Amino acid sequence: MATSKIDDPRVIEFDVRTDEMLINMGPQHPSTHGVLRLVLRTDGEVVSDVEPHLGYLHRCAEKIGENLTARQWVPYTDRMDYLAAMNMNLGWSLVIEKLLEYDLPERGRHLRVIISEMGRIASHLVAMGTYGLDLGSFTPFLYGFREREKILNLFEEACGARLTYSYLTPGGATADLPVGWTDKCRQFLNQFKEVIPELHTLLTTNSIFVSRTAGIGVMSAKMAVDYGCTGPVLRGSGVYHDLRFHGEERYTEMYEGYVFDVICADPETGEYPESNYEFHGDSLDYPEIPRQAILGDCWHRFYVRMLEVVQSVRLIEQAIEKYEATSGDWGTPIKLVQKLPAKEAYMETEAPRGQMGFYVVGNGDSIPWRVRARSSSFCNLSVTAPLCQGILLADIPAIVGSLDVVMGEIDR
Amino acid sequence: MADFINNIFGIGDSWVGYLIAALIAAVLILHVVAVGALLFIWMERKISGRIQDRLGPTRVGGKYGWLQTLADGIKLIAKEDITPDLADRFLFKIAPYVGLAASYAAFIALPFADGVVAQHVNTAVFFVLAVLGLEVFSVILAGYSSGSKWSLFGAMREAAQVVSYEVPLGMCVVVPVMICGTMNLTTIGNMQAGLFTNWLVFNDPFTFLTAIIYFTCATAGVNRAPFDLAEAESELVAGFHTEYSGLRWSLFFMAEYSSMFVVSALASILFFGGSHGPIPVGQWIGETIGGTWGLSISRIIGVGNLLLKGLIGVTVMMWIRWSFPRLRIDQVMTMCLKYCVPLAALGFIGATTWQYLDLPTANSLVGNPRYEKHEMWTEGVGVTPAADAGPASGIPDPEPHSEDKTANTDSVTVKTLPVSVVKGGER
Repeated sequence: MATSKIDDPRVIEFDVRTDEMLINMGPQHPSTHGVLRLVLRTDGEVVSDVEPHLGYLHRCAEKIGENLTARQWVPYTDRMDYLAAMNMNLGWSLVIEKLLEYDLPERGRHLRVIISEMGRIASHLVAMGTYGLDLGSFTPFLYGFREREKILNLFEEACGARLTYSYLTPGGATADLPVGWTDKCRQFLNQFKEVIPELHTLLTTNSIFVSRTAGIGVMSAKMAVDYGCTGPVLRGSGVYHDLRFHGEERYTEMYEGYVFDVICADPETGEYPESNYEFHGDSLDYPEIPRQAILGDCWHRFYVRMLEVVQSVRLIEQAIEKYEATSGDWGTPIKLVQKLPAKEAYMETEAPRGQMGFYVVGNGDSIPWRVRARSSSFCNLSVTAPLCQGILLADIPAIVGSLDVVMGEIDR
Repeated sequence: MADFINNIFGIGDSWVGYLIAALIAAVLILHVVAVGALLFIWMERKISGRIQDRLGPTRVGGKYGWLQTLADGIKLIAKEDITPDLADRFLFKIAPYVGLAASYAAFIALPFADGVVAQHVNTAVFFVLAVLGLEVFSVILAGYSSGSKWSLFGAMREAAQVVSYEVPLGMCVVVPVMICGTMNLTTIGNMQAGLFTNWLVFNDPFTFLTAIIYFTCATAGVNRAPFDLAEAESELVAGFHTEYSGLRWSLFFMAEYSSMFVVSALASILFFGGSHGPIPVGQWIGETIGGTWGLSISRIIGVGNLLLKGLIGVTVMMWIRWSFPRLRIDQVMTMCLKYCVPLAALGFIGATTWQYLDLPTANSLVGNPRYEKHEMWTEGVGVTPAADAGPASGIPDPEPHSEDKTANTDSVTVKTLPVSVVKGGER
């Protein structure tokens, strides 16, 4: 009889049991940021397991680097993290300079700060915008791109390209900044500062956004360090580590004499440091941290990026002044065929997505013996599987988006 | 209209008149649906463009891209109609039509102005909600039959979401029905004639609350952002219509946009005065001119009013869509079951109590001769018990139809029956 069956609790449990479903998310999927493929094991809306698959954008960049001279490989670094190509150029340039023991003149140093921080803003704007897109909000994406467009216009003026710049090269840059560029840049910064609160309103403090991101994908500081996460992903978990402060001397000396904060919450209190940067006439107002937010969740990772943009503005403002105050050479790009000494060099820089490392071994020839790259996104992506367990399907774009991976950099 | 046509041809009470009237109404409504969808999609693109600091369509059909949607429509018609191998072919093909038919059928009982309605239905509110609720079938069918896991997810979400949101939606709709004592949308609209203070949204604080909740639930009910989970493109690729292409795909959009208009128009009839503008200009013109011409002109103005109000509702939905991120499925359900249902219940109980205690309302404050007219109306119709029952039980009594309305007064007799039933129950 049916009634006797219902009396038995095990039968009911058997009746409502559901099957697991394997779903393939990507490589063609709107929210996997390029060609990331995730294989999801779901039970209804609940995702029990996520497995990322890589390699859809593998272009043998490192092997190509072993067949080209150091300067010839600069365009290939552009295509790694194509959203922050300037910072990729910088990383490669610095490691070659380290190998050649070349010291950059001061003007070139400031030029690089301006350019790489502009690149950071441009990259974070995309990260911010696409994160909104992942959560179903289309407008911030276009606001971000509108501002990024202005940065790209400035970059275009400086080097002629809008995406793959190859501007910063080993030995300096391909050219000095054009006349009047700094004024335009300053104009942009002043206008951009007005926009930042707008973005905060649309996303950071929006209650739907907060409910979608706060408390989701919480990553402890230990886990972040264990998995080798870097950049905003690491700092979002409350680890005070920024290579612009803690990096190699060859890199940190670029930022000598600059005043800026590392955006990182105090792991004890969960509070972000007070900013002493004059912004909008009064000191920079950080939007309040919502009470649902837990240190290390998606919201904090996003927030760190938003605040880093402000610090980059601050750095560029200082850099422009210093750049204008110095005169002389901005550096001499190395020759196209430049003999590399039979040594090895490795260097990490703070790219927008984390620590981007380049490794090069010379053998006395102009073509390096070994070229390797350490991708920040690769390590950041490795936390996807542990973070995405027992969450809802809609949280996957929220978590993967908050890691802000660029597949070009992961697959190389 | 059928009588009118039969009178012209002098064929008495023939089915021919009804057929012709039905065809005319069907064609007119089809134009509202099709042209409305064209307009709304163009509007959506233009509005989203302006919100996002860009221009939107600017090329096709002049400076403002008027014909962009038409061009897109032609493209969509010309596209290949793909049916996936894994699909349940019959259900896959029929699903878009189910959705379009449902939202199209909802227009049948929707009065555009006093008397401008395809079919007078005594229980029009019920009819519109019920028919609109059928739209969920198209999404479930589409998702189920596509043979795609993403589509299935979209369908399951839609089923959970829309079915849940019908509960608070229905509770909100009951409030104006309870105040007016009728489910006839024409009557509800007519009762709100006069200044905008007569709109039911200003009846008491609870109707105001109810109006807001109605709009929220309606947004969720027609799958608009931030509740567009069934087609969440960042999670489910395109949700239930992932596998669709060409004309079938565009039918989903026509259904979506026309049901957006239906719920907005329903909101304006139930809460925002229906076909009456904030200042009764149309009524005044109609009364000044008088006769059939006056009636026609006031009706045309009424249709304009209703379309405008519906457009405003649709615009607000678009504005919301382009400003907010999407909610998660559990948050959508939480919002429905934890906030919307209790608040709608509160609105309903509050509005009932307000009526019962005869507390002051904005609706009766503007010298609207509700109570005087009420007696004329009941005398004319002959429902005497309601005449003295109304003020005693505290239910503000409905205003009659405009005097020159002759064709509908007969049907009012039937429609007023619920009034006495409700009142009897409250005693």
